[in-house]
Amino acid sequence: MAETAVIAGFQGTFPHGIHPDDRKSLAANTPIEVLPAPKTVLLPVLQHLGAPSNALTRPNQEVVIGEQVASAVGFISAGVHASVNGIARRPVHVTLPNGRRVPAIPITAGAEQHSAEQIHADFIGGEWPTVDMPAFAAQEIVDAVLGGGIVGLGGAAFPTHVKLTRQPNKTIDAVLVNGCECEPYLTSDYRLMIEAPRAIVAGGLLAAKAVDARFVVIAVEDNKPKAIAALREACAGTNVVVKALRTKYPMGGEKQTVRAVLGRTVPTLGLPLDVGVVVVNVGTAHAVARIVLRGKPLTHRVISVTGHGVKTPRNLIVPIGSSYRSLLDFCGGLRPEAARVLSGGPMMGFTVADHDTPVTKGTSGVTVLTRRDVSHSAETACLRCGRCAHVCPLNLVPTRIAMAARKGNWDVARRYHIQACMECGCCTYACPASIPLVQLIRVGKARLPQQGSGSGKQ
Amino acid sequence: MNGSQETANAITNDAAPALRVAPAPHVYDTRLTTRRMMLDVLLALAPVVGMSLYNFGWRAVLVMAVTTASCLVVEEAGALLQRRPSSLGDLSAAVTGLILGLSLPASCPWWVAMIAGVVAIGIGKLAFGGLGQNLFNPAMVGRAFAMISFSKFLGAPAYRIAEVGGIVSQATPLTLARDAAAEIPALWPMFLGTVNGSIGETSVLACLLGGLYLCARRTASWEIPSGVLGTLALLAGLTRLLVTDASIAAVPALRLSVLEHLTSGALVFGAFFIATDPVTNPISRKGMLVFGAGVGFFVWLLRSFSGYPEGVMFAVLLMNALAPLINRWTVPTPVGGPVPERR
Ligand code: SF4
Ligand code: SF4
Repeated sequence: MAETAVIAGFQGTFPHGIHPDDRKSLAANTPIEVLPAPKTVLLPVLQHLGAPSNALTRPNQEVVIGEQVASAVGFISAGVHASVNGIARRPVHVTLPNGRRVPAIPITAGAEQHSAEQIHADFIGGEWPTVDMPAFAAQEIVDAVLGGGIVGLGGAAFPTHVKLTRQPNKTIDAVLVNGCECEPYLTSDYRLMIEAPRAIVAGGLLAAKAVDARFVVIAVEDNKPKAIAALREACAGTNVVVKALRTKYPMGGEKQTVRAVLGRTVPTLGLPLDVGVVVVNVGTAHAVARIVLRGKPLTHRVISVTGHGVKTPRNLIVPIGSSYRSLLDFCGGLRPEAARVLSGGPMMGFTVADHDTPVTKGTSGVTVLTRRDVSHSAETACLRCGRCAHVCPLNLVPTRIAMAARKGNWDVARRYHIQACMECGCCTYACPASIPLVQLIRVGKARLPQQGSGSGKQ
Repeated sequence: MNGSQETANAITNDAAPALRVAPAPHVYDTRLTTRRMMLDVLLALAPVVGMSLYNFGWRAVLVMAVTTASCLVVEEAGALLQRRPSSLGDLSAAVTGLILGLSLPASCPWWVAMIAGVVAIGIGKLAFGGLGQNLFNPAMVGRAFAMISFSKFLGAPAYRIAEVGGIVSQATPLTLARDAAAEIPALWPMFLGTVNGSIGETSVLACLLGGLYLCARRTASWEIPSGVLGTLALLAGLTRLLVTDASIAAVPALRLSVLEHLTSGALVFGAFFIATDPVTNPISRKGMLVFGAGVGFFVWLLRSFSGYPEGVMFAVLLMNALAPLINRWTVPTPVGGPVPERR
């Protein structure tokens, strides 16, 4: 039934985009393992979009796994929970790969930790009710999600309770569970879909309940047939539908998924909410199920450590706040040809300069590229070939915006809709002249003078 | 390079080699670089060059060698004068030189070919600021200059010089078309290219082979040749439907059929190799179609009514001038609509 369900507006793809080499086979067939608790974890109070949370611990206070150590401040914010048993120390400052410098709570791990088996069973194993879901009230779900510090695990880390809160005069009819994972290399969502499909289905149903949506669609790119099969089996008896979408980057972008699955166009600078849709990543759906059904806050997440620059690529259940170094070491360390360590995938990931910085809730993967991967021919003049425009998923003219941004020509940049760019990087990927288009646009967006008063996006 | 961008700070790390910091994206489509695109054009020109050797022998070699050499020399001199690194490696000057050579008659004296090459790069490209800045197709700028300055060597009579190659040294098909008394050659020889013409333009077959390769590789955008050929075919077809004997008597070129138009002169060569120069045509796909259609229209107009038998060169130059305007008209609307005010 689920296979044949018809979805009004289904298109299966979106216009433009690129087809980078996916390199997922490096880690795709490695089952999820547990990273043992490192000696210390470092928990930033800002791992999400929105206001920093408020540290609650006193120096040298004893904490147990799952205990809240920082609380949400205001509506768009998220709390933080201890990811190991141990002793909280005085907060320090840390610079995250995305460039933000934030306070972080160090926790020295104690001798008593949960065993790997326990963590694995709690994270993946056991029963996840789908057909026989207990009846939760919408507010119960939202409160649990808020209390669990759940944020979008696909990368953007937007607080999930905000998405799941019903808004006056906005009707939501669909929840999309996004399993596209279109970034090359990354396989954490893929493994989760194969190993815990029922948790994902349960999370989707809970999200739908919270926003009172009529239907739930799980969207997966068609290069992941095993994940599609596992999810379809897990959907049996529910009204959740699994849809295969054309494999293409950035299919996992919210706007692209909404377009491909429902044929709806999210307005420029708008949200899926504006067209009646809530999109949650499969990892987020799993986290929602885990807090609502098992009362477990977001202390761990799946991270793939992959790329040709790391010795043994693996998919790990990682305590949030572990250092990049601890992940890399567990995977055998770097190969001599390693050239760049990324938080995330190669299209939108950030370079990790300091390996002692912690992974956060939004870290979807650690990709280690080699010198060969990152080698690039020297920049030449723009050939005006239009390739950048022909791949831009938002139908912009990147060459115009980037050149205007480089020259500080803001009128032209605005005329070509610089603010609409979602920084997917397709343009830079495709440019034969090796012009750093999205890099110029990104800097341009930050420098764009505000128009009139109180305008401009931060 | 922009200093704030690719600042690749070497971070030393005890675990391993020098790791580098750079903003996303971290991977690129390595199948497509400026150099690779130019190399594609050179490869695609191989059948055209081959046919030119068959038709015109060593004279073709001489003309192409001279134009290519002069383009390369001027490009390198420009780099030295402007104190920038040599740009010969991007192969764009070689492409300009070869296309220029292929667009000249085999009888062209070496010094005319040389001057055309110097003008192509010197004025057509460097004077505008180099690769990517030029408004006009450099090869066509060089050819237009030579044609106007040395019409004796490039006009219709230049194609009648008897000793050139082993081929029928009669007037070109398009020149014949303007003489109401003369007969237009059969289609098959025009398609194969065993007729007279500029060095590289005679064989529609060779140009199609190379041109389709370029489109398949996506080095050339299919929109442009389609626009050119489609529009010309449409106009020629309409003309044939509407034209009267009286108007043919007044304007003999109007009798050309659709297929005669498509197989004669520099049309197919120009549609695939000249009009597709990315620098001098519009950016968006819609713009490219409009550009191609414009070239097709002007070719038809010039072939039918101008003082020149062939119109490809001027048609391309005219549309080059309009490309910025086309770009302005065809600014694509973002998916999701324009950026709302007050955001
Ligand atoms: S892809 Fe690169 S070379 Fe082509 S138009 Fe865009 S910026 Fe210019
Ligand atoms: S980074 Fe921006 S301009 Fe470039 S392709 Fe993506 S949306 Fe378009």
